Amino acid sequence: MPFKIIASQCTSCSACEPLCPNVAISEKGGNFVIEAAKCSECVGHFDEPQCAAACPVDNTCVVDRALPRYQAPV
Amino acid sequence: MQSITEHKGCRASAKTGRASCGSQAGRGDLPVEIWERVKNHPCYSEDAHHHYARMHVAVAPACNIQCNYCNRKYDCANESRPGVVSEKLTPEQAVRKVIAVATTIPQMTVLGIAGPGDALANPAKTFKTLALVTEAAPDIKLCLSTNGLALPDYVDTIVRAKVDHVTITINMVDPEIGAKIYPWIFFNHKRYTGIEAARILTNRQLQGLEMLSERGILCKINSVMIPNINDDHLVEVNKAVTSRGAFLHNIMPLISVPEHGTAFGLNGQRGPTAQELKTLQDACEGKINMMRHCRQCRADAVGLLGEDRSAEFTNDQVMKMDVHYDLEMRKAYQKRVENERVSKVAAGQKELAGVSGEMSAITVLVAVATKGSGLINEHFGHAKEFQLYELSTSGAKFVGLRRVEGYCQAGYGEEDRLSVIMRDIRDCHAVFVAKIGGCPKSGLIKAGIEPVDQFAYEYIEKSTIAWFRAYVGKVKRGEIQHVQRGVPPRWPGDRISAA
Ligand code: SF4
Ligand code: SF4
Ligand code: SF4
Repeated sequence: MPFKIIASQCTSCSACEPLCPNVAISEKGGNFVIEAAKCSECVGHFDEPQCAAACPVDNTCVVDRALPRYQAPV
Repeated sequence: MQSITEHKGCRASAKTGRASCGSQAGRGDLPVEIWERVKNHPCYSEDAHHHYARMHVAVAPACNIQCNYCNRKYDCANESRPGVVSEKLTPEQAVRKVIAVATTIPQMTVLGIAGPGDALANPAKTFKTLALVTEAAPDIKLCLSTNGLALPDYVDTIVRAKVDHVTITINMVDPEIGAKIYPWIFFNHKRYTGIEAARILTNRQLQGLEMLSERGILCKINSVMIPNINDDHLVEVNKAVTSRGAFLHNIMPLISVPEHGTAFGLNGQRGPTAQELKTLQDACEGKINMMRHCRQCRADAVGLLGEDRSAEFTNDQVMKMDVHYDLEMRKAYQKRVENERVSKVAAGQKELAGVSGEMSAITVLVAVATKGSGLINEHFGHAKEFQLYELSTSGAKFVGLRRVEGYCQAGYGEEDRLSVIMRDIRDCHAVFVAKIGGCPKSGLIKAGIEPVDQFAYEYIEKSTIAWFRAYVGKVKRGEIQHVQRGVPPRWPGDRISAA
């Protein structure tokens, strides 16, 4: 389950973008989006998903339950 | 009767024998080398802010902490009025804007990066902007504002970027108090909350301040005064930052209204009254200069303080402008400004020489309508703010600002507005204006505030001292009786944001 950004809540502050270890976050038309294929949920990098920990708006960077859980490579 | 040197906050300097007050009377109490560095910085020297302009570029939207007085849907509450979204700029757009402004407003001497988030939470954008500006406009001074969390990691980068002033917002040195101001911080890839978060923050802030002072970078401290949370504690903060080498302390009132959607705004936390603010500023005055002329300007503010021209320099407009940098024109203009300042100070000193002989314990507060340049040059009806001066036999000391609603909007005066203005300045004995209509004039007189228009377009210091001299004379001769005036109103925080 990669992370996604709830666009309606995003303030476009850009705090999350440089923190993602997988460069999965980018700005598209003023909003920030996560490229699901690149998101590793920060597993193996950090204890917490960086986008969610840095985002000033709670529940804006959230798990996308519509997609299968990410499997950390061995 | 009391000796003239006893007046609070003012000291007669041993060498010249002249009284100097805070950072306002020219050199003030600052050491010569520091004065040389701040004299044309509008935010650091009260005198300079009449003559020089600064600009902020909004290249730093991200932040690494959360403050209860900030809602980042809007701007950083530290350096900007909340409620208006800034136009975010890339470093390249920012530089173009700097050159456009520097060419249009030759008094613009300082470029700051103050968010709208935290300058050091956006290091790539911040330092790229600074490098590009140094290259394109080498005479412009650089400064940045930070909450201090990332500061120790960037001290060397700041030195290399030739930043000469840094503002750190420090609201507490006690983590228990900090926990009431900061719900969380993001540090070392982790979110911290509560007392632990506040402890990390205060340690990093004070460490960063020490490191910067050691390297000779001027540090100004901003503190937000939050009644019942850190108001008394700010005296401790003042001591802690003074002992670590800060050179200027700016205590600002919390601006808190529910519409801003901040945690404090929503839970009904009030801001301080103007009187509470002044009392705290007075209590901290001593070893460190207190800043009294802060306008809590926006992260993208442009122009002389109190005269925001950012609307002229939106990205669209700047892109259309034909910009090229003219250093010689700027130098010539600034030389004229310096000459003007020297004659202003000389005129004030001359007037003061007459009054300082007459010892008197009387101090009075007066309001001045001004558009800048140290002149009484604003109509009563057009004034959106008054500068407050405390007059005594040691001189005219700038003590703050009062924002008011313009009496004369769309060309007519409104009666109830007048009474609001009079309430806003009811602790003043006189109001100095370039011009005033008959109606407000008689209203002021009735309220016991003397409208003074005979010094129109003259220097503030010289004129207010001349008036004070006459006032003291009249009291001495028994023509009038000196009475202390009432306390000022509540700090008009909500009206600031509505302006
Ligand atoms: S959870 Fe981690 S990897 Fe996924 S988008 Fe957020 S920061 Fe990037
Ligand atoms: S940190 Fe949150 S608010 Fe800021 S850009 Fe990322 S998702 Fe949007
Ligand atoms: S440091 Fe500035 S931008 Fe960050 S939360 Fe505090 S007020 Fe807002």
